[in-house]
Amino acid sequence: MSTYQVPTMAEMAANSQTPEVLFWVGCAGSFDERYKAVTQAFVKILNKVGMSFAVLGPEEACTGDPARRAGNEFLFQMQAVANIQVMNAYEVKKVVTACPHCFNTIKNEYPALGGNYEVIHHSEFLQQLINEGKVTLQGGGEFKGKKITFHDSCYLGRANGVYEAPREVIKALDVELVEMKRCRTKGLCCGAGGAQMFKEPEPGKKDINIERTEEALATGASTIAVGCPFCLTMMTDGVKNKNREADVQVVDLAELLAKDMGI
Amino acid sequence: MSSLPQVVFVLILGVTGFFLFKRVKFLQRNIRLGKAATQNDQQADRWKTMALVAFGQQKMFKRWVPALLHALLYVGFLVINLEVLEFVLDGLLGTHRVLAPFLGGVYTVAITVFEFLAVGVLLSCVALLIRRHVLKVERFTKPELKGWPALDATLILVIEIVLMSAILTMNASDQLLAAREVAPYFVLGPLFFSGLVQPIFEGFSTESLVLLERFAWWFHIVGILVFAVYVTYSKHLHIFLAFPNTWYSNLKPKGEMVNMPEVTQEVNMMLGIPTESPSEPPAEIGRFGAKDINDLSWVNVLNAYSCTECGRCTSECPANLTGKKLSPRKIMMDVRDRAEEVGNSLDAGGPGLADGKSLLGDYISKEEINACTSCNACVEACPINIDPLSIILQMRRYVAMEESGSPAQWNSMFQNMETSFSPWKFSSSDRFNWSEKVKEEEMK
Repeated sequence: MSTYQVPTMAEMAANSQTPEVLFWVGCAGSFDERYKAVTQAFVKILNKVGMSFAVLGPEEACTGDPARRAGNEFLFQMQAVANIQVMNAYEVKKVVTACPHCFNTIKNEYPALGGNYEVIHHSEFLQQLINEGKVTLQGGGEFKGKKITFHDSCYLGRANGVYEAPREVIKALDVELVEMKRCRTKGLCCGAGGAQMFKEPEPGKKDINIERTEEALATGASTIAVGCPFCLTMMTDGVKNKNREADVQVVDLAELLAKDMGI
Repeated sequence: MSSLPQVVFVLILGVTGFFLFKRVKFLQRNIRLGKAATQNDQQADRWKTMALVAFGQQKMFKRWVPALLHALLYVGFLVINLEVLEFVLDGLLGTHRVLAPFLGGVYTVAITVFEFLAVGVLLSCVALLIRRHVLKVERFTKPELKGWPALDATLILVIEIVLMSAILTMNASDQLLAAREVAPYFVLGPLFFSGLVQPIFEGFSTESLVLLERFAWWFHIVGILVFAVYVTYSKHLHIFLAFPNTWYSNLKPKGEMVNMPEVTQEVNMMLGIPTESPSEPPAEIGRFGAKDINDLSWVNVLNAYSCTECGRCTSECPANLTGKKLSPRKIMMDVRDRAEEVGNSLDAGGPGLADGKSLLGDYISKEEINACTSCNACVEACPINIDPLSIILQMRRYVAMEESGSPAQWNSMFQNMETSFSPWKFSSSDRFNWSEKVKEEEMK
């Protein structure tokens, strides 16, 4: 048996190969202790379905999203232009990423700076794999028959109109999808967008992630599914704050699917 | 018969027209205080958006109760204004119900429909007053609505109730006079709704009835004209501006921030990338981001004048919901207030924008803009596609790029990104370490 492969663009280029898709890992996917598991789960799925992919590895840099949203346009463009130079040098055509912030920035904001790629979020990518019958679902697993609720991330939902793909992925598993009161276009932010992830919130009477976690817990779901690294952190913190980490878990869509595939 | 009423009517029309013209000029100039921006591509989509969102009120129906009450007002406003046409003709020609002979039975049907709508408008205004003052719906109790905005909202509803009552009073007394065969009144078919109030006036003498009918007629038409001028000072401007405002909607994905090409040139130079047009002198940059209304685009200012302060944005804002100072509705109200202040100052020969004040600082605080998660809930919630987020993000650009005044933790994040290409302080050489574990794992 072979091990999982994580080829880089540089390695592939050295062998005159071009992957079908670039997996954009993102900073959380690279550095966040908890979220690295999502990156690994997604890579396992890519291996399992025999997808021709590569990552940039050490050549990847932050898309610049938090800098731009915090107002530092100069820093954003420095990051963006440098990334675009790297991607264009490798003649990247298609990008998949698990981070809605990276997804939004590369898809919508890089074209104005000379970076034109087909960009899809991993929820859409996973849905396609399921639709095309490329993944074999065990249908059993630890989630069987359990209640799962999906938290819409703003940069996937309202920002880009992707509401159904993540739900289709969840529905493909043998689970019960329950909706929160505020969902889809009315989904409540986890509190981390717009560079809030990188600073303490302004004074108020409550933290946003607590408000959202309470709503998620009210559904009675034992699993809160997310499709965004920041949402994962915020909801996990919320569940801990409510002392529910023993019976409620927060997982990414890729982890859900990988677990169901038994990998 | 004396032609004095006609002369008075023409004078009133003229005076109203004069004030309206002046106000429209004032508003137009204020909106143009914003920067030029072309947002008129994709015309077919723009017409469609306007038809669905403004004319069709598509986004209102996310909340059924206010949507239905509002729809009654809206349809009433559109249709009853047809009757105003006849009012104007009668006023100018000195006639009475000039269209009745031409329309015959249809006229009675039309008047019945108008009366039905008038009752609908009246009842929904009462319901809306109850929502504001008895039920105290939360979004109407926020701090930014204290004072004039609350009075403005109440006045609009009361004025509409009074105007609708005038129509019913007029028709009731008109038909009582017709039954008494007083010229020039004539019997129409049975009018159901004003028929219900007729008993109130039955005991009136003919002279009193004529006086009442004339008073109601004049009150209604003059009321409408005064209201038209009032609207230009009020949040109620949305009845007109919702249309251009939706036409100029942002049709791009909501997550996309507007690029700053003036920065790109410098970035390319820093990175040693040949720029496309190095011979051209850089266009006058002015200021990075927005400190005052003239740094915003004119569409942002149009947004502000179109806002009717319903507060759907604020009621869905995660920051506001959790007690932060930010309220997207207040952002829009502040932009409008500042535009009015600058406009009034300019008209009085004052310093205008150079009055030592600015939108950011004197109206909107950093605490407010820093609390935004850029989640687009406010943009999604707005029934007429106003974009408060665009204004917030432009102000953040000003704070970060002109003042270096961002919160300390953001400045650290900037620093991390500059040195290690990640918002966190990790070495970029460790970026690929996550793969080590999975590369050792046997594929199942």
